Amino acid sequence: MSTPASDYSLAELMICANAAAYEHDGEVLVTGIGVLQRIAASLAMLTTNPGIMMTDSEAWILSTPNPVGKRPDDFVQMNENWMGFSRIFDNVWSGRRHLTGGPTQIDRFGQANISAMGGDYQKPKVQMLGVRGFPGNSICHANSYMVPAHGPRVFIEGECDVVCTIGFNPDRLPKGYSFDEIDLRCVYTNLGVFDFNGPNRQMQIVSLHPGVTVEEVVANTGFEVHVPDTIATTAAPTEEQLAVIRQIDPHNLRSKQLKDNPAGVRL
Amino acid sequence: MNKQMSLQEIVGQLRDGMTIGIGGWGPRRKPMALIREILKSDLKDLTIVAYGGADVGMLCAAGKVRKLVFAFVSLDFIPLEPYFRATRQSGNLEVMEIDEGMMLLGLRAAAWGCPFIPTKVGLGTDVIKFNPDIKVIDSPYDDKEWVAMPALKLDVALVHVNRADVRGVCQITAPDHHMDDWFVRAADKTFVTSEEIVEAEAFADPAQARLVFWERNYTTGVALVPGGAHPSSCSPNYGFDIPHFQEYNASAKEGGFAAYFDKYIKDSSEEEYQAKVGGLDAIRKLPQPVY
Repeated sequence: MSTPASDYSLAELMICANAAAYEHDGEVLVTGIGVLQRIAASLAMLTTNPGIMMTDSEAWILSTPNPVGKRPDDFVQMNENWMGFSRIFDNVWSGRRHLTGGPTQIDRFGQANISAMGGDYQKPKVQMLGVRGFPGNSICHANSYMVPAHGPRVFIEGECDVVCTIGFNPDRLPKGYSFDEIDLRCVYTNLGVFDFNGPNRQMQIVSLHPGVTVEEVVANTGFEVHVPDTIATTAAPTEEQLAVIRQIDPHNLRSKQLKDNPAGVRL
Repeated sequence: MNKQMSLQEIVGQLRDGMTIGIGGWGPRRKPMALIREILKSDLKDLTIVAYGGADVGMLCAAGKVRKLVFAFVSLDFIPLEPYFRATRQSGNLEVMEIDEGMMLLGLRAAAWGCPFIPTKVGLGTDVIKFNPDIKVIDSPYDDKEWVAMPALKLDVALVHVNRADVRGVCQITAPDHHMDDWFVRAADKTFVTSEEIVEAEAFADPAQARLVFWERNYTTGVALVPGGAHPSSCSPNYGFDIPHFQEYNASAKEGGFAAYFDKYIKDSSEEEYQAKVGGLDAIRKLPQPVY
């Protein structure tokens, strides 16, 4: 039984879209880097895919996801096993993981950047985090991305200033590898859902959020995005999903993730 | 056997140009008292290997770092470390930027006496493009190419632990010991600061002994420095100092590192530093972070 909700925020729509990414993943470690991504992973674990494993972002695998934000003093988290940072690699280099990150740049090859922007590599204009675990993630297991503000500064015209992940650039294909080994799934933005299953692994529109037009996507993407013949409208959250989201996010942190917390259906 | 040393004696063992690995992770369980001692010294031209937080930011800001080997530098709740950022943007920092897991493999290779460990991690990315010293090699067993992650041999590892005895048996009771054991094993010498010095009998209980992640023959020296990870966290003893990190972060916009250094570190012993940040009792009351 599911009842489509009539009143929901764009953040909640993006959470539910991202949660659907994990439905058929089976027993994998799911990591959502960012508040919306983490709520989405938790939602999937509590509804469509109970096989999902999540960490507490510190050192433990949990049998039930922790709510986001401050928790009551008497809260006891449901640990399942120890999973310190060194052991993360022992698990995820096997491929049994699906991560949704939030890169600053994504290019037409599906390559992502969280390291540095502008200038040159020796003297970047804007230093960010560093490559973190993105190189390993991208070549070892499934990856999706979330972008809160779809625009040409994220979906850039050229290549990423620092290519932190392996994508589908033919010039960078390592010897002996096939791009079939790279498991890049979907990109969830404030405008729609995208994948790289267009012609020659071009990014294409999978669905648009209610009220969003193809023209708006094209104008806000720095490279050519494939427009298939049929484009779905992103499915509205159900009342049941929203109820679970409220449990996962009791302080409504999701309302602070997108500028002005817009409604899910545009007027 | 007594390996107890003072902070000054430990830093007296360090030399210009050394490669130094720093334990902990971002704002978690960093040997900050040793970092402060280095900041007060004349040491220079260091190569630093770390999962970086304010340790890296402060050493960069003070001009101590010739080369940084890193995967990220972050204070977690303040994602971008202000002084690391400023130093990178000034163009005055030689870097080896690698994946988090590649760093672990480099430390393991050093620990095991291997010149490299093969991995697919880094292929297809700028990690191999911007690090020409990291070679990509053919495999004797398949037709693929592999990244030969070179050993990250350390002259010294610096780590902060919850408990130790005077022989150098070190215990990390925090939920995660991070990669500290691999920093220790990759290093010729390891110097430890500890929240507590205990009797050897403290480890007799098997449940306690299981929280000892390297053997004492890796530990060169131990200093008793309760609160020594401040402003980073040392779970379960204390959390990280959010207001202090915020002030530190703001100093990058106004005053610069010199103002922060002059206020808290210059001419100050560790006890004087702790008095300035509210005292050891206040440090011990810092709440555990919620992730």
